[in-house]
Amino acid sequence: MEQNKINISIDNRPVSVNPGTTILDAAKSCGIEIPTLCHINLEGTCVNNHPASCRLCVVEVAGRRNLAPACATTCTEGMEVHTNTLRVLKARRTILELILSNHPHDCLICRKSGNCELQSLARKLKIHEAPFEGGEKSCHELDKSVSIVRDMNKCILCRRCETMCNDVQTVGAIGANGRGFNTTISPAFGLKLSESECTYCGQCVAVCPVGALTEVDNTNRLIKDLANPDKTVIVQTAPAVRVAIGEEFGLPAGTIVTGKLVSALRKLGFNYVFDTDFAADLTIMEEGSELLERLKKFLDGDKSVPMPILTSCCPAWVNFFEHQFPDMLDIPSTARSPQQMFGSIAKTYWAEKMGIPREQLVVVSVMPCLAKKYECGRDEFKVNGNPDVDYSLSTRELAALIKEANMDLKSMDDSDFDNPLGASTGASVIFGATGGVMEAALRTAYELYTGKTLDKVEFESVRGLEGIRHASVNLNGFELKVGIAHGLGNARRMLEDIRSGKSEYHAIEIMACPGGCIGGGGQPLHHGDVEIINARRKAVYEEDRNKPLRKSHENPYIQQLYEEFLGKPLSEKAHALLHTNYFNKSK
Amino acid sequence: MKIQTLKDLEKIKAESLASLELRNEVAPDTGDETCGLEKGTDHIQILTCGGTGCKASDSAEIAARIKDCLKQFGVEDKVEVITTGCFGFCEKGPIVKVMPDNTFYTKVKPEDAAEIVKEHIIGGRRVQRLLYIDPETNASVNDSKHMNFYRKQVRIALRNCGLIDPENIREYIARDGYMSLADCILTKTPAEVIDVVKRSGLRGRGGAGFPTGNKWEFASKSNSDIKYVVCNADEGDPGAFMDRSIMEGDPNSIIEAMAICGYAIGAKYGLIYVRAEYPLAIHRLKTAIGQAHELGLLGDNILGTGFSFDITIRYGAGAFVCGEETALIHSMEGKRGEPTLKPPFPAVEGYRKYPTNVNNVETWANIPVIFQKGPDWFASIGTEKSKGTKVFALAGKINNVGLIEVPMGTTLREVIYEIGGGIKNGKKFKAVQTGGPSGGCLTEKHLDIPIDYESLGAAGSMMGSGGMIVMDEDNCMVQVARFYLGFIVEESCGKCAPCRIGNKRMLEILDKIVAGKGTVEDLDKLEDLANVIKDASLCGLGQTSPNPVLSTLANFRDEYMEHVVEKKCRAKQCMSMLNYIIEPDRCVGCHLCAKNCPVEAISGELKQKHVIDQQKCIKCGTCMSNCRLHAISLK
Repeated sequence: MEQNKINISIDNRPVSVNPGTTILDAAKSCGIEIPTLCHINLEGTCVNNHPASCRLCVVEVAGRRNLAPACATTCTEGMEVHTNTLRVLKARRTILELILSNHPHDCLICRKSGNCELQSLARKLKIHEAPFEGGEKSCHELDKSVSIVRDMNKCILCRRCETMCNDVQTVGAIGANGRGFNTTISPAFGLKLSESECTYCGQCVAVCPVGALTEVDNTNRLIKDLANPDKTVIVQTAPAVRVAIGEEFGLPAGTIVTGKLVSALRKLGFNYVFDTDFAADLTIMEEGSELLERLKKFLDGDKSVPMPILTSCCPAWVNFFEHQFPDMLDIPSTARSPQQMFGSIAKTYWAEKMGIPREQLVVVSVMPCLAKKYECGRDEFKVNGNPDVDYSLSTRELAALIKEANMDLKSMDDSDFDNPLGASTGASVIFGATGGVMEAALRTAYELYTGKTLDKVEFESVRGLEGIRHASVNLNGFELKVGIAHGLGNARRMLEDIRSGKSEYHAIEIMACPGGCIGGGGQPLHHGDVEIINARRKAVYEEDRNKPLRKSHENPYIQQLYEEFLGKPLSEKAHALLHTNYFNKSK
Repeated sequence: MKIQTLKDLEKIKAESLASLELRNEVAPDTGDETCGLEKGTDHIQILTCGGTGCKASDSAEIAARIKDCLKQFGVEDKVEVITTGCFGFCEKGPIVKVMPDNTFYTKVKPEDAAEIVKEHIIGGRRVQRLLYIDPETNASVNDSKHMNFYRKQVRIALRNCGLIDPENIREYIARDGYMSLADCILTKTPAEVIDVVKRSGLRGRGGAGFPTGNKWEFASKSNSDIKYVVCNADEGDPGAFMDRSIMEGDPNSIIEAMAICGYAIGAKYGLIYVRAEYPLAIHRLKTAIGQAHELGLLGDNILGTGFSFDITIRYGAGAFVCGEETALIHSMEGKRGEPTLKPPFPAVEGYRKYPTNVNNVETWANIPVIFQKGPDWFASIGTEKSKGTKVFALAGKINNVGLIEVPMGTTLREVIYEIGGGIKNGKKFKAVQTGGPSGGCLTEKHLDIPIDYESLGAAGSMMGSGGMIVMDEDNCMVQVARFYLGFIVEESCGKCAPCRIGNKRMLEILDKIVAGKGTVEDLDKLEDLANVIKDASLCGLGQTSPNPVLSTLANFRDEYMEHVVEKKCRAKQCMSMLNYIIEPDRCVGCHLCAKNCPVEAISGELKQKHVIDQQKCIKCGTCMSNCRLHAISLK
């Protein structure tokens, strides 16, 4: 027996675990999979929902009067646990039957069919009849926002979404209303999501085990556009998509499928396949220059310069501060997100070059994100009502479309992005992981500020999954202090420090989703497996290493864009096309 | 004036004692001798009940009219009118008590005020028609001590209810109030205080019966600069009003007890979580807290000891589940009133994550007496494992509805037949429900079990917070189970699946049974479901929610079987199984029933026998209430 270990037995097997381990984790460590439904724990991040409310993980603990929830009961010395006695099996089955008795049985046409945790459990527990029919299935109207669809008839009240929205993201858009059997998860007073403070980060969708929360499906719209001979349809794909979409086709998490993805998009019928990474490099040029400009004024003693500067690539984060910190709208960078920079450049510079009229050009984006669907519809990003980016698809939607088109991503050949909007550097790829934008900015800012070449382009200190991270970089004797936060709860802490004058940072990167875009609300579902997030993160940095160019300002097509069209970063034209302003949306 | 020392406190007690001495029931009055001012006394006190129940029956108006009348006779200097808390005998309320004449007037109306003054106070004669009539002997009884309702009671938690003016802290002090607090903070260490509570054997009166001293000890051992003492006044059982009556009748006992606990566990802050629909209790608590502040019995540096304690009131919105301590704490924090898994226990992580000790109102009310009379005295009352007394709200088909307090170990039979005066209208006893919606229904065979935590639990019910509802042969036990389950479905917070959905499904099965569509399989399904809900729910509410169904299934299975097999309800409560029938030999053909039937379901010529068409009948009962010859019955 090891010291400081807790020794218990599970199904008559001795198990030795660290103090504080739950029965669920102890069982997992010896290969016993206790079913769960409400529980989700992305270890190493702040995502942890263990209300012990679904009761599917109940087990028998010798000497205990009632059954214990394995997810929330910690092991104690000598504990004797049974996970599959008749009593447990009967309770577990009854509870699942009860949950199913208030859940529609329309799995065949459910968006989550095949990817639904409730469906999997019903299969695992061999539920083949419905003993508790009767009683009204709750009858809620479908709430369709621009990004997220809420079908509360399918909600099983696991409360994962509530935990994400309230505890992790601290947005507080949705929560439990009503009580008992009539409990519903919704914005306060039963308002629609669009009337709430929702940022459309999509983390509720990312953790919903059933079909209650899904994204707005734009695939049918895309199919029609692709079939329209009068339209030129071009696509941009975000950095985090290429390291995740393979999962939908059975590839291990973290498999880089950039070339296959390009082939698939081309085969789907897009006229041009471009890369959001190009726009990410452009973002670094603009945002990095803005940072240096503000920094220069600040160091020259101009106290009116708002410091620190905050990144603005993440549309959910933009929504968050517009709703919750309207007094600080002057702090974030005015640079548009890569998606919007791409759209803007595509419908001006590139369209002019190609001689395509704006109204005939359809710009589609494939994003790991649901807030992007909202972002491309913002009025600031339209010219005479025509949006720079027409609409956005999630990674999941694209995977579904590829499957529908009878293609298997795995067996596709590799091919390259079209140019000029397809060329990118390693700096842009790492935008997909938390800390990546900051690292990319540091690579460029360092060289532009110091005039020296970086020996080592990797800034390891800004990488990782810790909620808030910080680093300092020496710029010719000046210590540039940078911070990184991912998850809006961590962002809130950063902002509150800035508001109270406690923040010492010069620049802060913020991403709304835990892990950054690789953990976005539009990505293939991780079902609580943090290893998937880690694998995607590693893949992003691997893709960076594989790139011949790794600093945004070295991208030749970016240089060409400035020479031919924009002039220089922060020029008047750049301001008009690549920057934006923010609005007070507090309620 | 602030009380600085024990002497100051004793001085106030001495000053107030005279007023209270008049209320001692020294010589039980039996004869018809003179009373009132005629007797030569120059100080009389008229106590009127100021509890919510009597107030609803105009007791405030009664007091006002008595005062007016006293003025008319010019005797207002000699006769005081004092509003007290609940006397307990609610069946006979409003109560007016005249002291020192030891006269207990019942069912007093505002119109009776003048007579009480004129006859009793001035004329020296008791108002006979307002006296209690013993149902067995038919003799009138002057004083409460000679009423069966009070004879077996031992009032500890209710000691001051119906005796003192709850809005006058000095009367509480005259009853040794705040002496226990003074004793604790001046002469005892916190550990000694906890030891006294432990030795008394006091267990939580909120229902679960956890030893109070142990609970305090856990909280005292939690290391934290900030701790909280919470009074759980979220009384939620249907029909229960013990806690309300204590808050209305003796608010200072709660305040004193909480301060003692604060000293024992190292807490400076007290919170009372009371439901907002108890406005009178809130008013009395606020008044008491204000007066305690004025006297320095709350606030900083109490009695110069350096011990500081303060209490604020938090309002609940009336959710049953908020009586569960973790849900209560969340509600106080402004969050949704939902329980969370224990551990962590509130003693470790409670209100705002600080160590918190939560006790129920009745538990608190016992604390000061334990210090006044000693833990051994308290432990001498009751049974081996259940010490002291328990307050019950006696309700249902019983003659003496009201609030009673009996020593643990008293039998249900004694409570129902002696204190309660038996079943109303001479009907037959069928069941008694204890423990509220979490309790169970006990039968004739359980009547001689002693009332204590273990015995009630073993019999399939529970002590609960003290609701006791008596049922007679007219109660359908399926309907009773359905009533309680309906309450649970309404009050379930909705967090865990078994309670949220399981109870709803059980209720639907009961609906089906009372609608005459039940099957024998439904009974098995009910039982299976109930056992899973009990075994797998998250909090105490869910784990005990199937008890009314399980206990009725166990004790009245034959009645369930009649419902599902014969489609018969012996209590004649399930309308689906009953028909209105015209007895041919009684019907004279007056046609009144047919004339009043709203759906023309009754046919028959004048002076001929009438018949009800059961297909058309909507079972409204209009025919039966219109038949002068009682020829229509429900079968």
